[in-house]
Amino acid sequence: MAHDLGFWTLQALNALQLSMLLFLLSIGLTVIFGLMHFVNLAHGSLYALGAYFAASLAAVGGYWVGFFLAPVAVAGVGVLLYSGLIKRMRKSGPMAQVLVTFGLIFVMLDLTRIFWGDLALGIEVPALLEGRLAFLGIEYPTYRLFIITLGLAIFAVLAFVLRSTQIGAMIRAGVDNDAMAACLGINVERLFFTVFCVGCALAGLAGAVAAPLLSVTPDMGLQILIPTLIVIVIGGLGSLKGAIAGSLIYGFVQTFGAVLAPQLASVLIYALLASVLVIKPVGLFPAKG
Amino acid sequence: MKRTMLAALGLATGFALPAAAEDIKVGLLLPFSGVYAALGNDIEAGFNLAIEQFGSETKATFEIVREDTEVKPPVALGKAKKLILQDNVDLIAGIVSSGVLGAVRDMVHGAGVPLIVANAGNDEATGADCSPYITRMSFSNSQINRPMGTWMHEQGIGKVFTLAPDYAAGRQMIDAFTASFIAAGGEVVGQEFTPFQKTQDFGPYLAQAKASGADAVYVFYAGGEAISFVKQYDSFGLKADLPLYGSGFLTSALYVNAEGPAAEGVITALHYVPTIDTDANRVFAEAFTAATGRVPSEYAVQGYDAARALIEATKTGASDRETLANALRQVSFEGPRGTLSIDPATNNVVQPIYVYETVAGENGLTQKVLAQLPAETDPANGCVMPPIAN
Repeated sequence: MAHDLGFWTLQALNALQLSMLLFLLSIGLTVIFGLMHFVNLAHGSLYALGAYFAASLAAVGGYWVGFFLAPVAVAGVGVLLYSGLIKRMRKSGPMAQVLVTFGLIFVMLDLTRIFWGDLALGIEVPALLEGRLAFLGIEYPTYRLFIITLGLAIFAVLAFVLRSTQIGAMIRAGVDNDAMAACLGINVERLFFTVFCVGCALAGLAGAVAAPLLSVTPDMGLQILIPTLIVIVIGGLGSLKGAIAGSLIYGFVQTFGAVLAPQLASVLIYALLASVLVIKPVGLFPAKG
Repeated sequence: MKRTMLAALGLATGFALPAAAEDIKVGLLLPFSGVYAALGNDIEAGFNLAIEQFGSETKATFEIVREDTEVKPPVALGKAKKLILQDNVDLIAGIVSSGVLGAVRDMVHGAGVPLIVANAGNDEATGADCSPYITRMSFSNSQINRPMGTWMHEQGIGKVFTLAPDYAAGRQMIDAFTASFIAAGGEVVGQEFTPFQKTQDFGPYLAQAKASGADAVYVFYAGGEAISFVKQYDSFGLKADLPLYGSGFLTSALYVNAEGPAAEGVITALHYVPTIDTDANRVFAEAFTAATGRVPSEYAVQGYDAARALIEATKTGASDRETLANALRQVSFEGPRGTLSIDPATNNVVQPIYVYETVAGENGLTQKVLAQLPAETDPANGCVMPPIAN
C-alpha cells in the first residue's frame, strides 16, 4: 500500500490523541501507586463515572458544564472511596487491595447500570470544537486536536508542579521514601489524600473528554483498564515521565500496528509489554531507580 | 340429589378444564445483565406485548419463567438445564448471543425442547447445526447482508472498503456482503477486521479507508462500537466523499439517538425498521411506545414475533414439546416486518429486508425506507434437517 505524507501525519495525530487520553488516566493511577503503594484497579470505573457525569451534566447545561463539573464530581466520589474504604485498606497488603478494588469495579459497573440504564449514551462535541482544521495538507477533527492540546497542557502543569513547587517536592519525597518524609514533618497521609483526589479528578476529566468521542457504556471503565495498566507497567510505576512515555508508546504501537500489521494489531502491545517485563521489569522510567 | 349433581358438575368441569385451556410453560432465556442487557429488555417487552395483544386468539394460556443468561455461555447452559429439567418448560424462547446459542444447542436438541431464537444470528444455527427443535424468528447474519451487495452495485457503487469487528458474526456479515457484491460485478478494494471490543479509536482504520480509493464504505458494528464508529466517521468528515453503508445494526433505533447528527445520511439494511408503512407495524409501534416509552427496535420486534409464532403454533392445537416443535416450523403470519414464514429446509425465518437511510425527523432521528428487498431463503449451508425423533 502506497500512502502519501498526509496519511502518515494523520496516523501520527491519531496515535498522539490516543496517547493523551491514556496519559490522563495513567498519570493518576501511577502517582497514586508510587506515593501510596496502593493498587487502585477501580481507576477505570472512575473514568466511566466521569463520562456518565459529563453526559448527564451536558444534557442539562451543555458540554462545558460537564467538562468542568464531572472531574469535581468524580473527585467527590474519590473522597468517599478514600474515607470509606481505601484509608482502612492502606496497611493490608497488595493482595487484599487488589481484591477489594477489583470487586469495586463490578459494584460501580452495576451502580452505573442501575442509575443510567443499559442503553449507551452519547454527547455532542461542543459547537466551538466542531468540524475540522486544515493544516500540513490534511484535515483533522478539531475535537481530537483539543484532546492532544489538553493532554500536553496537563502534562506541562504536572511537570511544573512536581519539579518546581513545594508540594511537588513533598510528593517526590513521599514517593521516594514515605517514612523519611514523615519524619521530616510532612503530613504524608494528607498528601496521599490530596494526590488521590487529584488522580480521581483526572480520571473523571479523561472520561468527560472521551465521552463525545466514544460511546458512554457501563463497561467502558473495564475496557480502558487494561491499556492503562499496560501504560504504567511499560513506563514504570510512580513517575510522570514513565506515564507520558508509556502512553506515547502505547498510542503509537497501537495505531501504527493497526495500519502496518492489522493481523497483529491486538497482539503487538502485549508482546511489547512482555519484552519490557523481561528486559527491564521495573519499566522504562521508574520513580525509584 | 342436588349435592351429587353439584359434585358431578364440579368433577366434570374439573376434568374439562385442562382440555379446554392448555397451560404452556415458556422459559424466557435472555440477558438481563451484561453487555446485551438492553437487547434482552427490548426482546422481553416485545414478547410480553404480543402475549397481551394476541393471547386471546388461542385457547392456551402461558406461564413465563424468565432466566438471565448474563451473556455467558456456561451460565446460560445451566439456566437452560434448570428450565428443561426442573421447571419442565414446554418451550424456550430468547437467546441474544450466538455464543450462548452454541452452548445450549445440544441441550435443547437432545432434550427435544422447542427453542424459538429471538436474536442470535449465526449462520450455523440454521445451517450445519440446524435442529428440528430450533426455529429462528430473528434473522441470520448472511440474510441481512447478502441483498445489500447486489443493491449497492445497482446504485452504481463500484468499489467498497469494508470494516467489521474481528469475531464470527462480523466475518459472516461482511463475507455475505462481499460475496454478493463481487458476484454483482463490484470490487472490494480493502478489508479490515478490528479487534472485537478492544477498539475504541477507529481513527487508524478510517484513514486507511480514506486512502483506499473506494466509492463507499460498508461496515458492521453494533452497540457501543457502532456509536463510537459512526461518530468518529463523521468527525473525520468522511461522509461527504465516502458514503457510509452497513448492516442496519449500525444505526439501530435502540441507540441511534446516542449517535446524534453523525448518523444522518448513513444507509443500512435490516429486517425491521420502526417506520415501515403498514397497519401491522403502526399498531405494534404505537403499542410498544405506549408500553415502554421507546421506539421499537429490531430486537423488540423479534421478541414480539417470537411470541406471535408461539401463539400461532398453539392455535393448531399444539401443546407439548413435540407438537409445538412441529407446529412452529409451519407458522406463517403477517407481522410488523411484513409476511413471515419459516423455511422448512433450515427453520430460519423468511422475511423481506429493508434498506433505510437515517434522517433527521421531528423528534430526533428517524428512518426513511429506501427499498424493500424481497424475501429470500438462505442456502442450506450444510443443514440436513433430521425428522423429529421420539
